Amino acid sequence: MSIKLDFSVLLREDYPRLIIEGVATMLQLTGYAWLLAMALGILLALLRMTRNRWAERVVAVYVEYHQNVPMLVQILLWYFGVPTLLPDAMQLWFNQRHSEFLFAIIAVGMCMSAYISESLRSGIRAIPTAQMEAARAHGLSYLKASRLVILPQALRIALPTLVSHSVLLFKNTSLAMAIGVAELTYATREIESQSFHTIETYLLTTAIYLGISLLIMAGGAALENHYRIKTR
Amino acid sequence: MITDIFHILQDNWLLLLIGQYPNGPLGGLAITLLLSVAGLALAFPVSVLLALGRISPFAMLRASAAAIIYTVRGVPLVMFIFWVYFFVPLLIGTTISGFTTMLVTVVLYEAAYLAEVIRAGIEGISRGQTEASRALGMGYGQTMFKIVLPQALYNMLPAMVSQFVSTIKETSLGYVISVNELTFAANQINSTLLTKPFPVFIMLALIYFVLCSMLTQLARWLERRISKRRTGKPAISTTAVNAVTAAA
Repeated sequence: MSIKLDFSVLLREDYPRLIIEGVATMLQLTGYAWLLAMALGILLALLRMTRNRWAERVVAVYVEYHQNVPMLVQILLWYFGVPTLLPDAMQLWFNQRHSEFLFAIIAVGMCMSAYISESLRSGIRAIPTAQMEAARAHGLSYLKASRLVILPQALRIALPTLVSHSVLLFKNTSLAMAIGVAELTYATREIESQSFHTIETYLLTTAIYLGISLLIMAGGAALENHYRIKTR
Repeated sequence: MITDIFHILQDNWLLLLIGQYPNGPLGGLAITLLLSVAGLALAFPVSVLLALGRISPFAMLRASAAAIIYTVRGVPLVMFIFWVYFFVPLLIGTTISGFTTMLVTVVLYEAAYLAEVIRAGIEGISRGQTEASRALGMGYGQTMFKIVLPQALYNMLPAMVSQFVSTIKETSLGYVISVNELTFAANQINSTLLTKPFPVFIMLALIYFVLCSMLTQLARWLERRISKRRTGKPAISTTAVNAVTAAA
């Protein structure tokens, strides 16, 4: 089997534009979903720490649901299902705008927030309660003790899983193609079906995905190294 | 709402369970489970080899195993599906079905993730075990397959159950290339009913939820039991389980 690769094909027509816009959409989706996942994840972890039975239960159900249902199904439910529950005027409003992008952010962000809250929680649980007691005994308020004593240590412990979940979030934005978000995977399919240069198209986009994933992993490793407690 | 879900289940339970089976191809939940079980079972030997490569004394093997694992972990599953979809027919010269495409993808993808689980298991077995078995005159192969791996795999059983949960969730992507699995069946129902997308998809989510959370509970129970057996103390955390269920 011999295949001639001709990457110049990808510069023809409006393929470069499609790729660049695909990458831009993908990065936007990743960024917004990541922010949502982090914000919700922190909130959920804090709620679970309150020792309120009801809050704990609600968070536990939220986390179980989002960890045990495929993300694709969650995306489909948000995009096809949820709008039908809204009043007609709102449905129309969503249909006129690119609601698929918005729902993809919500679905990916909410799903990943469950994972993020779990890794934060296990980070916090790894800090002995004596630390909190000692900090309080020194006269720090609950919030100050959390912010200055507990969280910095908990984050250091949670960092590796937070990074791997960030990579996962980035990769899973590709599922948004199923509801027609024109991100990189979607653009790849467009170009492939127009140009028939399957190998070149897929090689390029696979390399882009891999490159960004490795970049996130390397960034995470650098952060871990930076925050490591230096020992001899 | 709940009556809607009930009616949809009542009318379509057979389609969701086995697809159009006696009169057509097998589908639905049966295919989802078949894909997951076969995918993970076939991925297992590959992942053991990858894990052994990852910790082998030869730098070349270590580097190539690491390269394979990082590549798989850095590329979305959807991209893998399309690679297999286009290139396996090119390599073997005949077209393959959607089911085979998905199976090959799951095997390749899961092998890389499972390899890291198995590696962690092997590294969790103390060096003394290897040294003792080498001192008794066992070679590398015997030490690995008779002493280290059996213990490592036993310890990693909960993580492997979690990996099975991930695999079930990953097979939902078969929908993208029209494999007749559960998500595809639900979409068929949705496009015949047209007006009931929310009940259909919430029902789909609930089916996955029931299936996967039962398995997750099993993983937690196994973890508690194994760690009790090994240390005589109850388990401290479920991080090992949670860390791996993340995929897809």
